[in-house]
Amino acid sequence: MKAAIIVFPGTNRERDMRTALKRVTGRDPLMLFHREDLPRDLDLVVLAGGFSYGDYLRCGAMAAQSPIMKDIKAFAEKGGHILGVCNGFQILIEAGLLPGGLLRNASLRFLSMDCTLRVERAGTAFTSRWQKGATFRAPMAHGDGNYFADDATLDRLEGEGLVAFRYVNENGEATEAANRNGSARNIAGIFSPNLRICGLMPHPEDLVDDLMGGTDGLPMFESLAESLVSA
Amino acid sequence: MKARVYVMPKAGVLDPQGKAIGHALEGLGFAGVNDVRAGKVIELDLAETDPAKAKSAAEDMARKLLANTVIESFRVEIA
Repeated sequence: MKAAIIVFPGTNRERDMRTALKRVTGRDPLMLFHREDLPRDLDLVVLAGGFSYGDYLRCGAMAAQSPIMKDIKAFAEKGGHILGVCNGFQILIEAGLLPGGLLRNASLRFLSMDCTLRVERAGTAFTSRWQKGATFRAPMAHGDGNYFADDATLDRLEGEGLVAFRYVNENGEATEAANRNGSARNIAGIFSPNLRICGLMPHPEDLVDDLMGGTDGLPMFESLAESLVSA
Repeated sequence: MKARVYVMPKAGVLDPQGKAIGHALEGLGFAGVNDVRAGKVIELDLAETDPAKAKSAAEDMARKLLANTVIESFRVEIA
Protein backbone atom coordinates (compact mmCIF):
# COMPACT_ATOMS: atom_id res chain seq x y z
CA MET A 1 0.00 0.00 0.00
CA LYS A 2 1.47 3.32 -1.08
CA ALA A 3 0.07 6.02 1.16
CA ALA A 4 0.52 9.76 1.38
CA ILE A 5 -0.37 12.01 4.29
CA ILE A 6 -1.24 15.58 3.34
CA VAL A 7 0.24 18.25 5.55
CA PHE A 8 -1.39 21.68 5.68
CA PRO A 9 -0.15 24.59 7.79
CA GLY A 10 -1.59 23.71 11.19
CA THR A 11 -1.91 19.96 10.65
CA ASN A 12 -0.50 18.37 13.81
CA ARG A 13 -1.46 14.68 13.83
CA GLU A 14 0.46 13.62 10.75
CA ARG A 15 3.20 11.87 12.72
CA ASP A 16 0.68 9.78 14.66
CA MET A 17 -0.81 8.79 11.33
CA ARG A 18 2.64 7.95 9.96
CA THR A 19 3.26 5.68 12.96
CA ALA A 20 0.00 3.85 12.33
CA LEU A 21 0.62 3.41 8.60
CA LYS A 22 4.24 2.38 9.08
CA ARG A 23 3.18 -0.16 11.64
CA VAL A 24 1.05 -2.05 9.10
CA THR A 25 3.08 -1.50 5.93
CA GLY A 26 6.60 -1.51 7.32
CA ARG A 27 7.49 1.67 5.46
CA ASP A 28 7.06 5.37 5.86
CA PRO A 29 4.18 6.95 3.99
CA LEU A 30 4.89 10.05 1.93
CA MET A 31 4.39 13.32 3.72
CA LEU A 32 3.14 15.86 1.20
CA PHE A 33 2.95 19.56 1.85
CA HIS A 34 -0.21 21.15 0.51
CA ARG A 35 1.62 22.94 -2.31
CA GLU A 36 3.05 19.73 -3.76
CA ASP A 37 1.51 17.62 -6.51
CA LEU A 38 -0.11 14.34 -5.69
CA PRO A 39 1.90 11.42 -7.13
CA ARG A 40 -0.07 9.26 -9.56
CA ASP A 41 0.66 5.86 -8.10
CA LEU A 42 -0.92 6.25 -4.67
CA ASP A 43 -3.28 3.71 -3.10
CA LEU A 44 -4.33 5.87 -0.17
CA VAL A 45 -4.47 9.56 0.66
CA VAL A 46 -4.80 10.50 4.32
CA LEU A 47 -5.92 13.85 5.68
CA ALA A 48 -4.74 13.92 9.27
CA GLY A 49 -5.99 15.85 12.27
CA GLY A 50 -4.99 19.25 13.52
CA PHE A 51 -6.07 22.81 13.02
CA SER A 52 -5.32 23.54 9.38
CA TYR A 53 -5.10 27.28 8.71
CA GLY A 54 -5.98 27.95 12.33
CA ASP A 55 -9.57 26.82 11.77
CA TYR A 56 -10.14 30.22 10.11
CA LEU A 57 -13.64 30.84 8.77
CA ARG A 58 -14.78 27.26 9.48
CA CYS A 59 -12.76 24.16 10.39
CA GLY A 60 -11.34 22.74 7.17
CA ALA A 61 -12.72 25.50 4.94
CA MET A 62 -9.35 26.95 3.97
CA ALA A 63 -7.61 23.60 3.46
CA ALA A 64 -10.49 22.52 1.23
CA GLN A 65 -9.50 25.33 -1.17
CA SER A 66 -5.76 24.65 -1.14
CA PRO A 67 -3.98 23.64 -4.38
CA ILE A 68 -3.52 19.95 -3.59
CA MET A 69 -7.26 19.45 -3.12
CA LYS A 70 -7.76 19.60 -6.90
CA ASP A 71 -5.51 16.55 -7.23
CA ILE A 72 -7.26 14.87 -4.32
CA LYS A 73 -10.67 15.41 -5.92
CA ALA A 74 -9.36 13.93 -9.17
CA PHE A 75 -7.94 11.00 -7.17
CA ALA A 76 -11.38 10.52 -5.60
CA GLU A 77 -13.10 10.62 -8.99
CA LYS A 78 -10.82 7.86 -10.23
CA GLY A 79 -11.91 5.73 -7.28
CA GLY A 80 -8.95 6.41 -4.99
CA HIS A 81 -9.17 5.61 -1.28
CA ILE A 82 -9.12 8.57 1.11
CA LEU A 83 -9.15 8.58 4.90
CA GLY A 84 -9.91 11.80 6.78
CA VAL A 85 -9.61 11.89 10.55
CA CYS A 86 -10.80 14.78 12.72
CA ASN A 87 -9.70 17.93 10.87
CA GLY A 88 -9.25 15.64 7.86
CA PHE A 89 -12.96 14.71 8.10
CA GLN A 90 -13.82 18.40 8.34
CA ILE A 91 -11.74 19.09 5.21
CA LEU A 92 -13.43 16.26 3.26
CA ILE A 93 -16.81 17.73 4.17
CA GLU A 94 -15.81 21.29 3.28
CA ALA A 95 -14.42 20.00 -0.03
CA GLY A 96 -17.76 18.35 -0.78
CA LEU A 97 -16.26 14.85 -0.88
CA LEU A 98 -18.53 13.75 1.98
CA PRO A 99 -22.00 15.14 2.79
CA GLY A 100 -23.18 17.10 5.81
CA GLY A 101 -21.51 19.54 8.14
CA LEU A 102 -19.60 19.51 11.44
CA LEU A 103 -20.93 22.00 13.97
CA ARG A 104 -19.51 23.19 17.26
CA ASN A 105 -19.88 20.47 19.89
CA ALA A 106 -23.32 20.71 21.49
CA SER A 107 -21.70 21.28 24.90
CA LEU A 108 -19.50 24.05 23.42
CA ARG A 109 -16.59 22.25 25.08
CA PHE A 110 -13.48 20.93 23.41
CA LEU A 111 -13.67 17.18 24.01
CA SER A 112 -10.42 15.45 24.84
CA MET A 113 -11.30 11.95 25.99
CA ASP A 114 -11.80 8.39 24.83
CA CYS A 115 -15.04 7.34 23.24
CA THR A 116 -16.42 3.98 22.16
CA LEU A 117 -17.24 3.46 18.51
CA ARG A 118 -19.42 0.79 16.94
CA VAL A 119 -18.61 -0.48 13.46
CA GLU A 120 -21.77 0.05 11.42
CA ARG A 121 -20.45 -1.43 8.21
CA ALA A 122 -17.78 -4.07 7.95
CA GLY A 123 -16.25 -5.42 4.76
CA THR A 124 -14.95 -2.08 3.47
CA ALA A 125 -11.29 -1.25 2.88
CA PHE A 126 -11.40 0.63 6.19
CA THR A 127 -13.32 -1.89 8.29
CA SER A 128 -12.68 -5.38 6.87
CA ARG A 129 -10.83 -6.51 10.01
CA TRP A 130 -13.89 -5.86 12.19
CA GLN A 131 -17.26 -7.56 12.38
CA LYS A 132 -20.36 -5.40 11.97
CA GLY A 133 -21.41 -4.28 15.44
CA ALA A 134 -17.91 -4.62 16.90
CA THR A 135 -17.00 -1.86 19.33
CA PHE A 136 -13.62 -0.30 19.97
CA ARG A 137 -12.11 2.52 21.96
CA ALA A 138 -10.86 5.64 20.20
CA PRO A 139 -9.45 8.90 21.54
CA MET A 140 -11.16 12.08 20.43
CA ALA A 141 -9.89 15.63 20.55
CA HIS A 142 -12.09 18.19 18.85
CA GLY A 143 -14.23 21.27 19.32
CA ASP A 144 -16.29 20.95 16.15
CA GLY A 145 -17.35 17.35 15.70
CA ASN A 146 -21.09 17.62 15.95
CA TYR A 147 -22.20 15.91 12.74
CA PHE A 148 -25.15 17.54 11.04
CA ALA A 149 -27.08 16.76 7.89
CA ASP A 150 -30.71 17.24 6.91
CA ASP A 151 -33.08 14.33 7.50
CA ALA A 152 -33.15 13.34 3.84
CA THR A 153 -29.34 13.05 3.80
CA LEU A 154 -29.28 11.14 7.08
CA ASP A 155 -31.95 8.74 5.79
CA ARG A 156 -29.96 8.23 2.61
CA LEU A 157 -26.74 7.57 4.54
CA GLU A 158 -28.52 5.01 6.70
CA GLY A 159 -30.48 3.48 3.82
CA GLU A 160 -27.38 3.01 1.69
CA GLY A 161 -25.26 1.72 4.55
CA LEU A 162 -22.89 4.67 4.48
CA VAL A 163 -22.71 5.23 8.23
CA ALA A 164 -19.27 3.91 9.17
CA PHE A 165 -19.14 4.38 12.96
CA ARG A 166 -21.46 5.49 15.73
CA TYR A 167 -20.76 6.73 19.25
CA VAL A 168 -21.98 4.10 21.70
CA ASN A 169 -21.77 3.30 25.41
CA GLU A 170 -19.83 0.39 26.90
CA ASN A 171 -22.72 -1.94 26.05
CA GLY A 172 -22.62 -0.95 22.41
CA GLU A 173 -25.82 1.11 22.60
CA ALA A 174 -26.09 4.42 20.73
CA THR A 175 -27.37 6.45 23.68
CA GLU A 176 -27.56 10.21 24.08
CA ALA A 177 -25.01 10.09 26.92
CA ALA A 178 -22.50 8.31 24.68
CA ASN A 179 -22.93 10.99 22.02
CA ARG A 180 -20.71 13.59 23.67
CA ASN A 181 -20.54 16.08 20.81
CA GLY A 182 -24.25 15.92 19.94
CA SER A 183 -23.91 14.36 16.48
CA ALA A 184 -27.05 13.58 14.51
CA ARG A 185 -28.01 9.93 15.13
CA ASN A 186 -24.72 9.38 17.01
CA ILE A 187 -22.81 9.42 13.74
CA ALA A 188 -19.03 9.49 14.25
CA GLY A 189 -17.93 8.58 10.73
CA ILE A 190 -19.32 8.07 7.24
CA PHE A 191 -18.42 6.62 3.84
CA SER A 192 -18.79 7.97 0.32
CA PRO A 193 -21.27 6.04 -1.88
CA ASN A 194 -18.42 4.01 -3.44
CA LEU A 195 -17.11 3.20 0.09
CA ARG A 196 -13.66 4.48 -0.82
CA ILE A 197 -13.72 7.70 1.17
CA CYS A 198 -14.08 7.48 4.93
CA GLY A 199 -14.18 10.39 7.37
CA LEU A 200 -14.47 10.20 11.14
CA MET A 201 -13.87 12.50 14.09
CA PRO A 202 -12.10 10.17 16.62
CA HIS A 203 -8.50 9.06 16.18
CA PRO A 204 -7.97 5.32 15.57
CA GLU A 205 -4.31 6.13 14.73
CA ASP A 206 -3.71 7.04 18.36
CA LEU A 207 -4.30 3.49 19.61
CA VAL A 208 -2.10 1.30 17.44
CA ASP A 209 0.60 0.19 19.87
CA ASP A 210 0.66 -1.10 23.43
CA LEU A 211 2.93 1.82 24.26
CA MET A 212 0.00 4.11 23.43
CA GLY A 213 -2.22 2.25 25.86
CA GLY A 214 -3.83 -0.13 23.43
CA THR A 215 -4.24 -1.31 19.86
CA ASP A 216 -7.98 -0.74 19.46
CA GLY A 217 -7.50 1.36 16.33
CA LEU A 218 -5.09 -1.00 14.62
CA PRO A 219 -7.75 -3.01 12.70
CA MET A 220 -8.52 0.06 10.57
CA PHE A 221 -4.93 0.23 9.34
CA GLU A 222 -4.64 -3.55 8.98
CA SER A 223 -7.82 -3.45 6.90
CA LEU A 224 -6.33 -0.78 4.65
CA ALA A 225 -3.00 -2.56 4.29
CA GLU A 226 -4.76 -5.81 3.43
CA SER A 227 -7.28 -4.26 1.02
CA LEU A 228 -4.96 -1.87 -0.79
CA VAL A 229 -2.11 -4.13 -1.79
CA SER A 230 -0.02 -2.31 -4.38
CA ALA A 231 0.12 -3.82 -7.81
CA MET B 1 -17.71 49.27 -3.41
CA LYS B 2 -18.31 47.61 -0.04
CA ALA B 3 -20.26 44.42 0.35
CA ARG B 4 -21.32 42.96 3.66
CA VAL B 5 -21.96 39.24 3.87
CA TYR B 6 -24.08 38.12 6.83
CA VAL B 7 -23.60 34.43 7.61
CA MET B 8 -26.02 32.79 10.05
CA PRO B 9 -26.65 29.24 11.22
CA LYS B 10 -29.61 27.97 9.19
CA ALA B 11 -33.01 27.85 10.81
CA GLY B 12 -33.33 24.45 12.46
CA VAL B 13 -29.57 24.00 12.84
CA LEU B 14 -28.51 23.87 16.46
CA ASP B 15 -26.61 27.00 17.46
CA PRO B 16 -24.78 26.19 20.71
CA GLN B 17 -23.00 29.57 20.72
CA GLY B 18 -26.28 31.44 20.50
CA LYS B 19 -27.69 29.26 23.29
CA ALA B 20 -24.68 29.97 25.52
CA ILE B 21 -24.95 33.71 24.89
CA GLY B 22 -28.65 33.52 25.78
CA HIS B 23 -27.85 31.78 29.08
CA ALA B 24 -25.20 34.40 29.87
CA LEU B 25 -27.65 37.23 29.19
CA GLU B 26 -30.16 35.57 31.46
CA GLY B 27 -27.45 35.28 34.13
CA LEU B 28 -26.82 39.02 33.85
CA GLY B 29 -30.48 39.67 34.59
CA PHE B 30 -31.68 40.53 31.08
CA ALA B 31 -35.22 39.20 31.02
CA GLY B 32 -37.31 38.35 27.99
CA VAL B 33 -34.61 37.17 25.59
CA ASN B 34 -36.52 34.40 23.83
CA ASP B 35 -33.75 33.19 21.55
CA VAL B 36 -30.23 34.12 20.46
CA ARG B 37 -28.58 33.16 17.17
CA ALA B 38 -24.91 33.98 16.59
CA GLY B 39 -23.42 34.38 13.14
CA LYS B 40 -20.70 36.43 11.51
CA VAL B 41 -20.33 39.41 9.23
CA ILE B 42 -17.69 39.51 6.50
CA GLU B 43 -16.93 42.87 4.90
CA LEU B 44 -15.58 42.92 1.37
CA ASP B 45 -14.03 45.89 -0.38
CA LEU B 46 -14.65 45.25 -4.06
CA ALA B 47 -13.23 46.93 -7.14
CA GLU B 48 -16.59 46.51 -8.87
CA THR B 49 -18.62 49.74 -9.13
CA ASP B 50 -21.91 48.32 -10.37
CA PRO B 51 -24.05 47.42 -7.30
CA ALA B 52 -25.87 44.55 -9.00
CA LYS B 53 -22.64 42.99 -10.24
CA ALA B 54 -20.97 43.51 -6.86
CA LYS B 55 -23.87 41.79 -5.13
CA SER B 56 -23.85 38.86 -7.48
CA ALA B 57 -20.05 38.50 -7.10
CA ALA B 58 -20.33 38.56 -3.30
CA GLU B 59 -23.12 35.98 -3.42
CA ASP B 60 -20.92 33.74 -5.53
CA MET B 61 -18.10 34.13 -2.98
CA ALA B 62 -20.52 33.30 -0.17
CA ARG B 63 -21.73 30.14 -1.91
CA LYS B 64 -18.22 28.94 -2.73
CA LEU B 65 -16.40 29.83 0.47
CA LEU B 66 -17.78 32.34 2.95
CA ALA B 67 -20.77 30.22 3.99
CA ASN B 68 -21.23 26.48 4.18
CA THR B 69 -24.76 26.31 2.83
CA VAL B 70 -25.34 22.90 4.40
CA ILE B 71 -25.35 24.51 7.82
CA GLU B 72 -25.41 28.25 7.17
CA SER B 73 -27.52 30.78 5.30
CA PHE B 74 -26.20 34.10 4.02
CA ARG B 75 -27.39 37.49 2.89
CA VAL B 76 -25.42 40.15 1.03
CA GLU B 77 -25.84 43.88 1.49
CA ILE B 78 -24.13 46.43 -0.74
CA ALA B 79 -23.10 49.59 1.08
